[in-house]
Amino acid sequence: MNISPFTQTTLQLFGGVAGVLILASAIGATLKWRVAQGRPHSVIDNLNARVNAWWLMVAVIGLAFAFGKGGVIVLFYLISFYALREFISLAYTRRGDHHAIAAAFYIGLPVQYFLVWIEWYGLYSIFIPVYAFLVLPILAAVGGDTQRFLERTSKIQWGLMICVFCISHVPALLTLQIPGFEGRNLLLIAFLVIVVQGSDVLQYVWGKLFGKRKVAPELSPSKTWEGLVGGVASATALGAALYWATPFNPWQAALMALTICLMGFFGGLVMSAIKRDRGVKDWGSMIEGHGGMLDRLDSVIFAAPIYFHALRYWWVP
Amino acid sequence: MLRRALAVVAGKLIIGAAGLLTGVRAIWSGTTPKAEQTLYFANHTSHGDFVLLWATLPPDLRALTRPVAGQDYWMASKVRQFIGADVFNALMIRRDGSGQGGNPVDQMKEALEGGDSLIMFPEGTRNTGDEILLPLKSGLYHLARACPTVRLVPVWIENLKRVLPKGTLVPIPLACTVRFGTPIQLAEGEDKTGFLARARAAMLDLRPEYDRVPEQEKAAATTP
Repeated sequence: MNISPFTQTTLQLFGGVAGVLILASAIGATLKWRVAQGRPHSVIDNLNARVNAWWLMVAVIGLAFAFGKGGVIVLFYLISFYALREFISLAYTRRGDHHAIAAAFYIGLPVQYFLVWIEWYGLYSIFIPVYAFLVLPILAAVGGDTQRFLERTSKIQWGLMICVFCISHVPALLTLQIPGFEGRNLLLIAFLVIVVQGSDVLQYVWGKLFGKRKVAPELSPSKTWEGLVGGVASATALGAALYWATPFNPWQAALMALTICLMGFFGGLVMSAIKRDRGVKDWGSMIEGHGGMLDRLDSVIFAAPIYFHALRYWWVP
Repeated sequence: MLRRALAVVAGKLIIGAAGLLTGVRAIWSGTTPKAEQTLYFANHTSHGDFVLLWATLPPDLRALTRPVAGQDYWMASKVRQFIGADVFNALMIRRDGSGQGGNPVDQMKEALEGGDSLIMFPEGTRNTGDEILLPLKSGLYHLARACPTVRLVPVWIENLKRVLPKGTLVPIPLACTVRFGTPIQLAEGEDKTGFLARARAAMLDLRPEYDRVPEQEKAAATTP
Protein backbone atom coordinates (compact mmCIF):
# COMPACT_ATOMS: atom_id res chain seq x y z
CA MET A 1 0.00 0.00 0.00
CA ASN A 2 1.16 3.48 -0.81
CA ILE A 3 1.12 5.75 2.27
CA SER A 4 2.88 9.10 2.32
CA PRO A 5 5.38 9.73 5.13
CA PHE A 6 3.08 12.45 6.48
CA THR A 7 0.05 10.16 6.62
CA GLN A 8 2.12 7.44 8.22
CA THR A 9 3.48 9.78 10.91
CA THR A 10 0.03 11.23 11.57
CA LEU A 11 -1.47 7.78 11.95
CA GLN A 12 1.32 6.81 14.34
CA LEU A 13 0.71 9.91 16.47
CA PHE A 14 -3.04 9.38 16.60
CA GLY A 15 -2.47 5.70 17.28
CA GLY A 16 -0.23 6.61 20.20
CA VAL A 17 -2.78 9.05 21.60
CA ALA A 18 -5.55 6.49 21.20
CA GLY A 19 -3.37 3.96 23.04
CA VAL A 20 -2.92 6.36 25.95
CA LEU A 21 -6.65 7.07 26.04
CA ILE A 22 -7.52 3.36 25.98
CA LEU A 23 -5.17 2.90 28.94
CA ALA A 24 -6.74 5.90 30.73
CA SER A 25 -10.26 4.61 30.08
CA ALA A 26 -9.25 1.18 31.40
CA ILE A 27 -7.74 2.71 34.54
CA GLY A 28 -10.83 4.88 35.02
CA ALA A 29 -13.15 1.90 34.64
CA THR A 30 -11.05 -0.16 37.07
CA LEU A 31 -11.03 2.64 39.66
CA LYS A 32 -14.77 3.11 39.28
CA TRP A 33 -15.30 -0.62 39.78
CA ARG A 34 -12.70 -1.35 42.46
CA VAL A 35 -12.37 1.84 44.52
CA ALA A 36 -15.75 3.47 44.05
CA GLN A 37 -17.57 0.13 43.59
CA GLY A 38 -19.90 1.70 41.08
CA ARG A 39 -21.07 4.40 43.48
CA PRO A 40 -20.70 8.12 42.78
CA HIS A 41 -17.18 9.33 43.63
CA SER A 42 -16.28 12.94 42.85
CA VAL A 43 -12.59 12.48 41.93
CA ILE A 44 -13.03 9.26 39.95
CA ASP A 45 -16.14 10.49 38.16
CA ASN A 46 -14.38 13.72 37.26
CA LEU A 47 -11.42 11.71 35.96
CA ASN A 48 -13.69 9.57 33.80
CA ALA A 49 -15.56 12.62 32.52
CA ARG A 50 -12.22 14.15 31.57
CA VAL A 51 -11.06 11.01 29.76
CA ASN A 52 -14.35 10.79 27.85
CA ALA A 53 -14.06 14.45 26.87
CA TRP A 54 -10.50 13.72 25.68
CA TRP A 55 -11.83 11.03 23.35
CA LEU A 56 -14.25 13.54 21.89
CA MET A 57 -11.60 16.26 21.57
CA VAL A 58 -9.16 13.90 19.85
CA ALA A 59 -11.92 12.80 17.48
CA VAL A 60 -12.72 16.42 16.62
CA ILE A 61 -9.04 17.24 16.01
CA GLY A 62 -8.70 14.09 13.90
CA LEU A 63 -11.70 15.11 11.82
CA ALA A 64 -10.28 18.61 11.32
CA PHE A 65 -6.93 17.09 10.27
CA ALA A 66 -8.72 14.93 7.74
CA PHE A 67 -10.02 18.10 6.10
CA GLY A 68 -6.55 19.68 6.07
CA LYS A 69 -5.95 23.41 6.31
CA GLY A 70 -9.62 24.37 5.87
CA GLY A 71 -10.72 21.96 8.57
CA VAL A 72 -8.13 23.21 11.05
CA ILE A 73 -8.98 26.87 10.40
CA VAL A 74 -12.71 26.23 10.84
CA LEU A 75 -12.06 24.26 14.04
CA PHE A 76 -9.93 26.97 15.61
CA TYR A 77 -12.31 29.68 14.43
CA LEU A 78 -15.05 27.95 16.41
CA ILE A 79 -12.71 27.45 19.37
CA SER A 80 -11.88 31.18 19.33
CA PHE A 81 -15.56 32.03 19.12
CA TYR A 82 -16.49 29.95 22.16
CA ALA A 83 -13.46 31.18 24.09
CA LEU A 84 -14.29 34.82 23.35
CA ARG A 85 -17.88 34.21 24.34
CA GLU A 86 -16.79 32.78 27.68
CA PHE A 87 -14.37 35.61 28.23
CA ILE A 88 -16.75 38.47 27.42
CA SER A 89 -19.60 36.77 29.30
CA LEU A 90 -17.56 36.99 32.48
CA ALA A 91 -16.12 40.46 31.88
CA TYR A 92 -17.78 43.57 33.23
CA THR A 93 -19.11 45.60 30.35
CA ARG A 94 -21.71 48.31 29.98
CA ARG A 95 -24.22 49.26 27.36
CA GLY A 96 -21.74 51.69 25.82
CA ASP A 97 -19.51 48.74 24.92
CA HIS A 98 -22.07 47.12 22.68
CA HIS A 99 -20.55 48.27 19.38
CA ALA A 100 -17.03 47.40 20.48
CA ILE A 101 -18.06 43.88 21.49
CA ALA A 102 -20.10 43.38 18.33
CA ALA A 103 -17.05 44.46 16.31
CA ALA A 104 -14.87 41.99 18.18
CA PHE A 105 -17.23 39.09 17.38
CA TYR A 106 -18.33 40.00 13.88
CA ILE A 107 -15.23 41.73 12.47
CA GLY A 108 -12.14 41.02 14.57
CA LEU A 109 -12.69 37.28 14.78
CA PRO A 110 -13.52 36.49 11.13
CA VAL A 111 -10.97 38.92 9.69
CA GLN A 112 -8.15 37.44 11.78
CA TYR A 113 -8.96 33.92 10.55
CA PHE A 114 -9.42 35.12 6.98
CA LEU A 115 -5.93 36.65 7.11
CA VAL A 116 -4.52 33.39 8.41
CA TRP A 117 -6.36 31.55 5.63
CA ILE A 118 -4.81 33.73 2.92
CA GLU A 119 -1.48 33.49 4.78
CA TRP A 120 -0.93 37.25 5.02
CA TYR A 121 1.55 37.13 7.90
CA GLY A 122 2.35 40.85 7.74
CA LEU A 123 -1.22 41.75 8.54
CA TYR A 124 -2.46 38.94 10.78
CA SER A 125 0.45 39.46 13.14
CA ILE A 126 -0.54 43.10 13.76
CA PHE A 127 -4.24 43.21 12.89
CA ILE A 128 -5.44 42.72 16.48
CA PRO A 129 -2.62 44.25 18.56
CA VAL A 130 -2.49 47.38 16.41
CA TYR A 131 -5.70 47.97 14.48
CA ALA A 132 -8.26 46.31 16.74
CA PHE A 133 -6.59 47.82 19.80
CA LEU A 134 -7.06 51.30 18.35
CA VAL A 135 -10.50 50.85 16.83
CA LEU A 136 -12.14 49.17 19.85
CA PRO A 137 -11.62 52.08 22.27
CA ILE A 138 -12.82 54.43 19.54
CA LEU A 139 -16.05 52.45 19.24
CA ALA A 140 -16.42 52.33 23.02
CA ALA A 141 -15.84 56.09 23.23
CA VAL A 142 -18.52 56.67 20.61
CA GLY A 143 -20.80 54.75 22.98
CA GLY A 144 -20.45 57.82 25.19
CA ASP A 145 -20.12 56.06 28.55
CA THR A 146 -16.99 57.05 30.47
CA GLN A 147 -17.60 55.09 33.65
CA ARG A 148 -14.59 52.79 34.22
CA PHE A 149 -13.73 53.32 30.57
CA LEU A 150 -10.10 52.21 30.63
CA GLU A 151 -10.91 49.02 32.47
CA ARG A 152 -13.77 48.09 30.14
CA THR A 153 -11.73 48.83 27.05
CA SER A 154 -8.77 46.81 28.14
CA LYS A 155 -10.94 43.83 28.97
CA ILE A 156 -12.35 43.67 25.46
CA GLN A 157 -8.88 44.16 23.97
CA TRP A 158 -7.40 41.46 26.16
CA GLY A 159 -10.27 39.11 25.36
CA LEU A 160 -9.60 39.52 21.66
CA MET A 161 -5.86 39.13 22.23
CA ILE A 162 -5.96 35.81 24.03
CA CYS A 163 -9.09 34.27 22.53
CA VAL A 164 -8.54 35.24 18.90
CA PHE A 165 -4.99 36.48 18.30
CA CYS A 166 -3.18 33.85 20.38
CA ILE A 167 -5.42 30.93 19.43
CA SER A 168 -5.20 31.80 15.72
CA HIS A 169 -1.47 31.13 15.95
CA VAL A 170 -2.25 27.42 16.07
CA PRO A 171 -3.69 27.25 12.52
CA ALA A 172 -1.09 29.85 11.50
CA LEU A 173 1.52 27.12 12.02
CA LEU A 174 0.26 25.70 8.72
CA THR A 175 1.54 28.76 6.88
CA LEU A 176 5.20 28.34 7.87
CA GLN A 177 7.50 27.31 5.01
CA ILE A 178 10.08 25.04 6.60
CA PRO A 179 12.58 23.58 4.09
CA GLY A 180 12.44 19.80 4.00
CA PHE A 181 9.19 19.77 5.99
CA GLU A 182 6.80 20.78 3.19
CA GLY A 183 3.32 19.29 3.31
CA ARG A 184 3.73 18.09 6.89
CA ASN A 185 2.88 21.25 8.84
CA LEU A 186 -0.12 19.62 10.53
CA LEU A 187 2.45 17.71 12.54
CA LEU A 188 3.64 21.00 14.05
CA ILE A 189 0.13 21.42 15.45
CA ALA A 190 0.03 17.82 16.62
CA PHE A 191 3.35 18.34 18.46
CA LEU A 192 2.11 21.52 20.16
CA VAL A 193 -1.21 20.01 21.19
CA ILE A 194 0.29 16.75 22.43
CA VAL A 195 3.02 18.48 24.45
CA VAL A 196 0.82 21.21 25.92
CA GLN A 197 -2.05 18.91 26.82
CA GLY A 198 0.34 16.15 27.84
CA SER A 199 1.96 18.64 30.20
CA ASP A 200 -1.43 19.54 31.69
CA VAL A 201 -2.42 15.91 32.15
CA LEU A 202 0.99 14.91 33.55
CA GLN A 203 0.99 17.86 35.96
CA TYR A 204 -2.45 16.72 37.09
CA VAL A 205 -1.27 13.13 37.53
CA TRP A 206 2.00 14.03 39.32
CA GLY A 207 0.11 16.54 41.46
CA LYS A 208 -2.53 14.00 42.46
CA LEU A 209 0.10 11.35 43.26
CA PHE A 210 2.82 13.38 44.98
CA GLY A 211 1.57 16.97 45.27
CA LYS A 212 2.27 18.63 48.62
CA ARG A 213 3.68 22.14 48.34
CA LYS A 214 1.45 24.60 46.52
CA VAL A 215 3.06 26.85 43.92
CA ALA A 216 0.56 29.69 44.14
CA PRO A 217 -2.07 28.97 46.77
CA GLU A 218 -3.89 32.24 46.24
CA LEU A 219 -4.19 31.61 42.50
CA SER A 220 -4.69 27.92 42.01
CA PRO A 221 -4.99 25.45 44.88
CA SER A 222 -4.41 22.44 42.61
CA LYS A 223 -0.98 23.49 41.29
CA THR A 224 1.88 22.02 43.30
CA TRP A 225 5.66 22.09 42.90
CA GLU A 226 5.71 18.30 42.66
CA GLY A 227 3.10 18.40 39.90
CA LEU A 228 4.86 21.22 38.10
CA VAL A 229 8.36 19.73 38.13
CA GLY A 230 7.23 16.16 37.44
CA GLY A 231 4.73 17.21 34.79
CA VAL A 232 7.03 19.58 32.94
CA ALA A 233 9.97 17.16 33.06
CA SER A 234 7.93 14.24 31.77
CA ALA A 235 6.19 16.33 29.10
CA THR A 236 9.60 17.64 27.98
CA ALA A 237 10.76 14.05 27.68
CA LEU A 238 7.59 13.23 25.77
CA GLY A 239 8.32 16.13 23.38
CA ALA A 240 11.89 14.95 22.87
CA ALA A 241 10.63 11.45 22.16
CA LEU A 242 8.38 12.84 19.42
CA TYR A 243 11.26 14.49 17.53
CA TRP A 244 10.81 12.09 14.58
CA ALA A 245 7.48 13.73 13.78
CA THR A 246 8.96 17.24 13.72
CA PRO A 247 11.64 19.27 11.95
CA PHE A 248 13.66 19.17 15.23
CA ASN A 249 16.45 16.92 16.40
CA PRO A 250 15.95 15.39 19.88
CA TRP A 251 17.52 18.20 21.94
CA GLN A 252 15.75 20.88 19.91
CA ALA A 253 12.48 19.04 20.42
CA ALA A 254 13.19 18.89 24.16
CA LEU A 255 13.94 22.62 24.36
CA MET A 256 10.88 23.45 22.33
CA ALA A 257 8.72 21.22 24.53
CA LEU A 258 10.17 22.78 27.67
CA THR A 259 9.34 26.26 26.39
CA ILE A 260 5.82 25.15 25.49
CA CYS A 261 5.31 23.56 28.93
CA LEU A 262 6.53 26.61 30.84
CA MET A 263 4.46 29.04 28.78
CA GLY A 264 1.50 26.71 29.24
CA PHE A 265 1.98 26.61 32.99
CA PHE A 266 2.18 30.38 33.28
CA GLY A 267 -0.81 30.71 30.97
CA GLY A 268 -2.82 28.57 33.35
CA LEU A 269 -1.67 30.78 36.23
CA VAL A 270 -2.70 34.01 34.50
CA MET A 271 -6.07 32.63 33.49
CA SER A 272 -6.66 31.46 37.08
CA ALA A 273 -5.88 34.95 38.31
CA ILE A 274 -8.58 36.34 36.00
CA LYS A 275 -11.06 33.72 37.21
CA ARG A 276 -10.24 34.53 40.83
CA ASP A 277 -10.79 38.20 40.13
CA ARG A 278 -14.27 37.36 38.84
CA GLY A 279 -14.98 34.92 41.67
CA VAL A 280 -15.60 31.87 39.49
CA LYS A 281 -14.03 28.43 39.47
CA ASP A 282 -14.43 27.67 35.77
CA TRP A 283 -14.79 29.76 32.65
CA GLY A 284 -17.81 27.80 31.53
CA SER A 285 -19.39 24.38 31.42
CA MET A 286 -18.85 23.40 27.83
CA ILE A 287 -16.59 20.40 28.24
CA GLU A 288 -17.73 17.78 30.75
CA GLY A 289 -15.15 17.47 33.54
CA HIS A 290 -12.92 20.24 32.19
CA GLY A 291 -15.06 23.35 32.68
CA GLY A 292 -15.20 25.70 29.72
CA MET A 293 -13.25 26.10 26.52
CA LEU A 294 -10.81 28.51 28.18
CA ASP A 295 -10.18 26.10 31.07
CA ARG A 296 -8.95 23.52 28.58
CA LEU A 297 -7.08 25.99 26.39
CA ASP A 298 -5.41 28.35 28.84
CA SER A 299 -2.02 26.74 28.32
CA VAL A 300 -2.32 26.51 24.52
CA ILE A 301 -3.15 30.21 24.42
CA PHE A 302 0.14 31.26 25.93
CA ALA A 303 2.28 28.62 24.27
CA ALA A 304 1.03 28.96 20.67
CA PRO A 305 2.42 32.38 19.67
CA ILE A 306 5.81 31.73 21.30
CA TYR A 307 6.11 28.34 19.60
CA PHE A 308 5.07 29.94 16.32
CA HIS A 309 7.69 32.67 16.53
CA ALA A 310 10.47 30.36 17.69
CA LEU A 311 9.76 28.18 14.68
CA ARG A 312 9.55 31.15 12.35
CA TYR A 313 12.77 32.68 13.66
CA TRP A 314 14.97 29.59 13.65
CA TRP A 315 13.46 27.25 11.09
CA VAL A 316 12.05 29.47 8.36
CA PRO A 317 14.82 30.94 6.19
CA MET B 1 -53.87 23.22 10.96
CA LEU B 2 -51.17 24.80 8.81
CA ARG B 3 -50.89 27.68 11.27
CA ARG B 4 -50.44 25.19 14.12
CA ALA B 5 -47.70 23.32 12.24
CA LEU B 6 -45.99 26.59 11.37
CA ALA B 7 -46.13 27.62 15.01
CA VAL B 8 -44.46 24.38 16.13
CA VAL B 9 -41.70 24.82 13.54
CA ALA B 10 -41.25 28.49 14.45
CA GLY B 11 -41.06 27.52 18.13
CA LYS B 12 -38.27 25.05 17.43
CA LEU B 13 -36.44 27.60 15.28
CA ILE B 14 -36.65 30.25 17.99
CA ILE B 15 -35.39 27.84 20.63
CA GLY B 16 -32.61 26.73 18.32
CA ALA B 17 -31.57 30.29 17.56
CA ALA B 18 -31.66 31.25 21.24
CA GLY B 19 -29.49 28.23 22.01
CA LEU B 20 -26.98 29.02 19.27
CA LEU B 21 -26.72 32.66 20.22
CA THR B 22 -26.53 32.34 23.98
CA GLY B 23 -25.63 28.69 24.58
CA VAL B 24 -28.32 28.97 27.22
CA ARG B 25 -28.04 26.65 30.17
CA ALA B 26 -30.62 25.91 32.85
CA ILE B 27 -29.54 25.44 36.44
CA TRP B 28 -32.17 24.00 38.72
CA SER B 29 -30.68 24.89 42.07
CA GLY B 30 -33.60 24.88 44.49
CA THR B 31 -36.04 22.62 42.75
CA THR B 32 -36.40 20.20 39.87
CA PRO B 33 -38.61 20.53 36.82
CA LYS B 34 -42.00 19.16 37.87
CA ALA B 35 -45.28 18.77 36.08
CA GLU B 36 -46.98 20.82 38.76
CA GLN B 37 -48.83 24.02 38.16
CA THR B 38 -46.19 26.70 38.54
CA LEU B 39 -45.83 30.44 38.41
CA TYR B 40 -42.27 31.29 37.36
CA PHE B 41 -41.29 34.84 38.28
CA ALA B 42 -38.12 36.29 36.80
CA ASN B 43 -36.11 39.45 36.33
CA HIS B 44 -36.95 41.29 33.14
CA THR B 45 -34.22 43.02 31.16
CA SER B 46 -34.93 42.10 27.55
CA HIS B 47 -37.68 41.10 25.15
CA GLY B 48 -35.94 37.76 24.93
CA ASP B 49 -36.37 36.95 28.62
CA PHE B 50 -39.41 34.77 28.39
CA VAL B 51 -38.10 33.11 25.23
CA LEU B 52 -34.99 32.06 27.10
CA LEU B 53 -36.87 30.91 30.18
CA TRP B 54 -39.39 29.06 28.04
CA ALA B 55 -36.60 27.48 25.98
CA THR B 56 -34.88 26.08 29.06
CA LEU B 57 -38.00 24.30 30.33
CA PRO B 58 -38.25 20.62 29.45
CA PRO B 59 -40.45 20.27 26.33
CA ASP B 60 -43.36 18.65 28.15
CA LEU B 61 -43.50 21.48 30.70
CA ARG B 62 -43.04 24.06 27.97
CA ALA B 63 -46.32 23.00 26.40
CA LEU B 64 -48.11 23.73 29.69
CA THR B 65 -46.46 27.07 30.39
CA ARG B 66 -47.62 30.41 29.04
CA PRO B 67 -45.65 33.63 29.22
CA VAL B 68 -47.45 36.73 30.33
CA ALA B 69 -46.82 39.43 27.75
CA GLY B 70 -47.81 42.98 27.00
CA GLN B 71 -50.59 43.11 24.45
CA ASP B 72 -49.55 46.48 23.06
CA TYR B 73 -46.18 45.04 22.02
CA TRP B 74 -47.26 41.63 20.79
CA MET B 75 -50.32 42.73 18.89
CA ALA B 76 -48.49 45.51 17.05
CA SER B 77 -47.76 43.47 13.91
CA LYS B 78 -48.86 40.26 12.21
CA VAL B 79 -45.50 38.58 12.84
CA ARG B 80 -45.48 39.46 16.52
CA GLN B 81 -49.08 38.33 16.78
CA PHE B 82 -48.19 34.98 15.29
CA ILE B 83 -45.16 34.56 17.55
CA GLY B 84 -46.91 35.80 20.67
CA ALA B 85 -50.23 34.08 20.29
CA ASP B 86 -49.52 30.99 18.19
CA VAL B 87 -45.97 30.04 19.04
CA PHE B 88 -45.84 30.96 22.72
CA ASN B 89 -49.56 30.88 23.48
CA ALA B 90 -48.87 34.00 25.53
CA LEU B 91 -51.36 35.44 27.94
CA MET B 92 -51.80 38.94 26.55
CA ILE B 93 -52.37 41.57 29.15
CA ARG B 94 -53.20 45.22 28.72
CA ARG B 95 -50.80 47.59 30.32
CA ASP B 96 -52.48 50.82 29.31
CA GLY B 97 -54.91 50.73 32.22
CA SER B 98 -57.94 51.07 29.97
CA GLY B 99 -59.66 48.40 31.97
CA GLN B 100 -60.68 46.49 28.86
CA GLY B 101 -60.29 42.78 29.34
CA GLY B 102 -59.89 43.17 33.09
CA ASN B 103 -56.80 44.19 35.00
CA PRO B 104 -53.61 42.16 34.52
CA VAL B 105 -53.74 40.47 37.91
CA ASP B 106 -57.30 39.28 37.31
CA GLN B 107 -56.32 37.96 33.90
CA MET B 108 -53.41 36.02 35.36
CA LYS B 109 -55.53 34.77 38.21
CA GLU B 110 -58.11 33.50 35.75
CA ALA B 111 -55.44 31.68 33.74
CA LEU B 112 -53.96 30.11 36.88
CA GLU B 113 -57.40 29.03 38.05
CA GLY B 114 -57.88 27.49 34.62
CA GLY B 115 -54.82 25.30 35.26
CA ASP B 116 -52.15 27.09 33.21
CA SER B 117 -48.58 27.57 34.36
CA LEU B 118 -47.32 31.09 33.82
CA ILE B 119 -44.09 33.01 33.35
CA MET B 120 -44.36 36.52 34.75
CA PHE B 121 -42.05 39.43 35.44
CA PRO B 122 -42.98 40.98 38.79
CA GLU B 123 -41.05 44.18 38.09
CA GLY B 124 -43.94 45.04 35.80
CA THR B 125 -41.73 46.49 33.12
CA ARG B 126 -38.42 45.93 31.42
CA ASN B 127 -35.42 46.97 33.46
CA THR B 128 -33.24 48.86 31.01
CA GLY B 129 -31.22 50.88 33.49
CA ASP B 130 -28.22 50.11 35.64
CA GLU B 131 -30.23 48.84 38.58
CA ILE B 132 -29.99 45.10 39.20
CA LEU B 133 -33.65 44.56 40.00
CA LEU B 134 -36.45 47.10 40.11
CA PRO B 135 -38.89 47.10 43.05
CA LEU B 136 -41.50 44.37 42.60
CA LYS B 137 -45.08 45.33 41.82
CA SER B 138 -47.81 43.96 44.02
CA GLY B 139 -49.18 41.55 41.37
CA LEU B 140 -47.12 38.61 42.60
CA TYR B 141 -48.53 39.02 46.10
CA HIS B 142 -52.13 39.13 44.89
CA LEU B 143 -51.60 36.03 42.78
CA ALA B 144 -49.95 34.17 45.65
CA ARG B 145 -52.95 34.98 47.81
CA ALA B 146 -55.54 34.13 45.20
CA CYS B 147 -53.95 30.85 44.11
CA PRO B 148 -52.27 29.32 47.17
CA THR B 149 -51.74 25.89 45.59
CA VAL B 150 -49.59 27.18 42.72
CA ARG B 151 -45.83 26.63 43.06
CA LEU B 152 -44.00 30.00 43.00
CA VAL B 153 -40.57 29.49 41.50
CA PRO B 154 -38.09 32.39 41.48
CA VAL B 155 -35.91 32.60 38.37
CA TRP B 156 -32.82 34.63 37.55
CA ILE B 157 -31.91 35.24 33.92
CA GLU B 158 -28.26 36.12 33.64
CA ASN B 159 -26.49 38.13 30.95
CA LEU B 160 -29.33 38.49 28.47
CA LYS B 161 -29.43 42.22 29.07
CA ARG B 162 -26.02 42.44 27.47
CA VAL B 163 -26.91 40.33 24.44
CA LEU B 164 -29.24 42.94 23.00
CA PRO B 165 -29.35 46.15 25.03
CA LYS B 166 -32.22 48.51 24.37
CA GLY B 167 -31.77 50.54 21.21
CA THR B 168 -29.29 48.20 19.52
CA LEU B 169 -29.86 45.98 16.49
CA VAL B 170 -27.05 43.47 16.49
CA PRO B 171 -27.17 40.80 19.20
CA ILE B 172 -23.90 39.75 20.81
CA PRO B 173 -23.45 36.02 21.38
CA LEU B 174 -22.90 35.93 25.13
CA ALA B 175 -23.42 32.89 27.33
CA CYS B 176 -26.66 33.10 29.28
CA THR B 177 -27.87 31.10 32.25
CA VAL B 178 -31.36 30.64 33.61
CA ARG B 179 -31.40 29.68 37.29
CA PHE B 180 -34.46 28.21 38.93
CA GLY B 181 -34.54 28.62 42.71
CA THR B 182 -36.41 27.13 45.68
CA PRO B 183 -40.17 27.73 45.46
CA ILE B 184 -41.57 30.22 47.95
CA GLN B 185 -44.96 30.37 49.60
CA LEU B 186 -47.09 33.06 51.12
CA ALA B 187 -46.85 32.53 54.88
CA GLU B 188 -49.84 32.61 57.15
CA GLY B 189 -50.79 36.23 57.78
CA GLU B 190 -47.77 37.59 55.87
CA ASP B 191 -48.32 41.12 54.59
CA LYS B 192 -47.62 42.43 51.12
CA THR B 193 -44.39 44.24 51.93
CA GLY B 194 -42.87 41.29 53.74
CA PHE B 195 -43.80 38.82 51.04
CA LEU B 196 -42.52 40.96 48.21
CA ALA B 197 -39.25 41.57 50.05
CA ARG B 198 -38.86 37.82 50.43
CA ALA B 199 -39.66 37.18 46.76
CA ARG B 200 -37.17 39.83 45.74
CA ALA B 201 -34.48 38.32 47.95
CA ALA B 202 -35.20 34.87 46.51
CA MET B 203 -34.56 36.24 43.03
CA LEU B 204 -31.43 38.14 44.01
CA ASP B 205 -30.03 35.05 45.76
CA LEU B 206 -29.90 33.31 42.41
CA ARG B 207 -27.39 35.73 40.96
CA PRO B 208 -24.05 34.20 40.09
CA GLU B 209 -21.38 34.70 42.70
CA TYR B 210 -19.43 37.21 40.65
CA ASP B 211 -22.50 39.37 40.33
CA ARG B 212 -23.30 39.45 44.05
CA VAL B 213 -21.41 42.55 45.03
CA PRO B 214 -22.33 45.37 42.69
CA GLU B 215 -19.27 46.39 40.71
CA GLN B 216 -19.34 49.96 42.00
CA GLU B 217 -19.24 48.81 45.60
CA LYS B 218 -16.42 46.43 44.89
CA ALA B 219 -14.38 49.18 43.29
CA ALA B 220 -15.13 51.55 46.16
CA ALA B 221 -14.16 48.94 48.74
CA THR B 222 -10.76 48.31 47.20
CA THR B 223 -9.82 51.93 46.67
CA PRO B 224 -7.90 53.18 49.69
